[in-house]
Amino acid sequence: MSEVKFSKEHEWITLEGDVATIGITKHATEMLGDIVFAELPEKGSNVEKDGTAGVVESTKAASDVYTPVSGEVVDTNQAIVDDPSKINEDPEGLAWFFKLKMKDQSEMDSLMNKEEYDKFAKESTS
Amino acid sequence: MEIKKTSLNKLHQSNNAKFVEFAGYEMPIQYSKGIIEEHKFTRSNSGIFDVSHMGQLFIYGDESLTEELEKIFPLDLKNLKQNCSKYSFLMNEDAGIYDDLIITKIEEGYLIILNAACKYKDFEILSNLLGSKFKINLDNNRSLIAIQGPKSVEILNSIINGVDKLNFMTGNWFDSDNQKLFVTRSGYTGEDGFEISISNDKAEKFVENLIEKGAQLIGLGARDTLRLEAGLCLYGHELDINKTPVEANLRWAISKSRLSNGGFIGSKKIMNQMQDGASQIRVGIKPEGRLIAREKTKIFDDTDTQIGEITSGTFGPSVNGPIAMGYVDKEFSKVDTKILLEVRGKKHPANVCALPFYKKNYVKGVN
Repeated sequence: MSEVKFSKEHEWITLEGDVATIGITKHATEMLGDIVFAELPEKGSNVEKDGTAGVVESTKAASDVYTPVSGEVVDTNQAIVDDPSKINEDPEGLAWFFKLKMKDQSEMDSLMNKEEYDKFAKESTS
Repeated sequence: MEIKKTSLNKLHQSNNAKFVEFAGYEMPIQYSKGIIEEHKFTRSNSGIFDVSHMGQLFIYGDESLTEELEKIFPLDLKNLKQNCSKYSFLMNEDAGIYDDLIITKIEEGYLIILNAACKYKDFEILSNLLGSKFKINLDNNRSLIAIQGPKSVEILNSIINGVDKLNFMTGNWFDSDNQKLFVTRSGYTGEDGFEISISNDKAEKFVENLIEKGAQLIGLGARDTLRLEAGLCLYGHELDINKTPVEANLRWAISKSRLSNGGFIGSKKIMNQMQDGASQIRVGIKPEGRLIAREKTKIFDDTDTQIGEITSGTFGPSVNGPIAMGYVDKEFSKVDTKILLEVRGKKHPANVCALPFYKKNYVKGVN
């Protein structure tokens, strides 16, 4: 599996073959608070880089989930729809959102590595 | 304008509060445990809420004060006993609501608790209506602390002996730590609890004392989910200048004895609406599934006609599901009416339901 990459919209992404797994970062869940609703893209649909690909809602507000890369949705994580609190519990592990079959793997190049993201996240909150 | 801070601001900071601006004040929306934990703690234990941003209006005068206030509020104040409280409204001539409030008869006058965002305007309106005959004081030297939840009575009584004898919607002055506190058994969470009016310089120590006895600080986020589960209105959402108490389904708050003769501001409209019914009415709404329909969500019937709008909507932690309140045309206001909510471009099924979502636990018969 590839190294974990991160987007400015606070998504994380890993790549295995040409299938990317995408979720939201721990930092994002900390900013959102308790997540109580999740909506995921439909299997078989195509999503475009930086386009919306779902929604999460906390007790306070709704937020769009963006996809950091383009591709066809090949799998979604029903467990987080059934119990959205799992997203707060393990955002960068079991609570992945969806898997995409990527069209253009070079889209990964512009994303941040962990060190860069941590710095970005720290600066965007302060 | 510079943001205002309550006397508990430092205490909020040291308890890792996340702050928001609310009605010109820097207020805690939540602490480190988060809204759901804070909500559940209040329902099972004892939560402390800083509501010092709310207005504490003291009005003093002779017997004629009661008469003058009856010209303003739809209440039977002549028969209101000392230390008893009533929920009421400040209205315009069209019965539009300037503010909802709690009024308590105290020695030689009244104490009125006002919403933070409305308090200065309320003060102006009431000062103009009452003239210079009475002493009227929006007291900024006092903080207001609410303590809510089943263990609150035991905790508060260990600091202020005797509060356990208060009935729901009554209050009294108590002595504690060489000062006078006004305590009412009331609140806005659906739980048993108290609100304590205390001078600013003593507030922090008082709250630290409550925390030591096991109560915890709770933010405005959980206060909102708690009040919504309890089916209680929030000014600026369910209530505003374009809504009347009848439309808001709050006719219970209007004293029956005042309906026959009127004589209060807005009485004509109220009496008409009581007779003919209002065209739109506030109802409880339960979306099917987990979908959350927030404020301003449009409500439709099954013929695609808009029949109303959501005024508050969130996830209810004790109900463990989404809940909302809103206004619908009166023919859709019956419990179990099927409605549709438009969220992110799609219509989702929901039902009109009875309020509250969560059964209230008020203590009514102590003595």
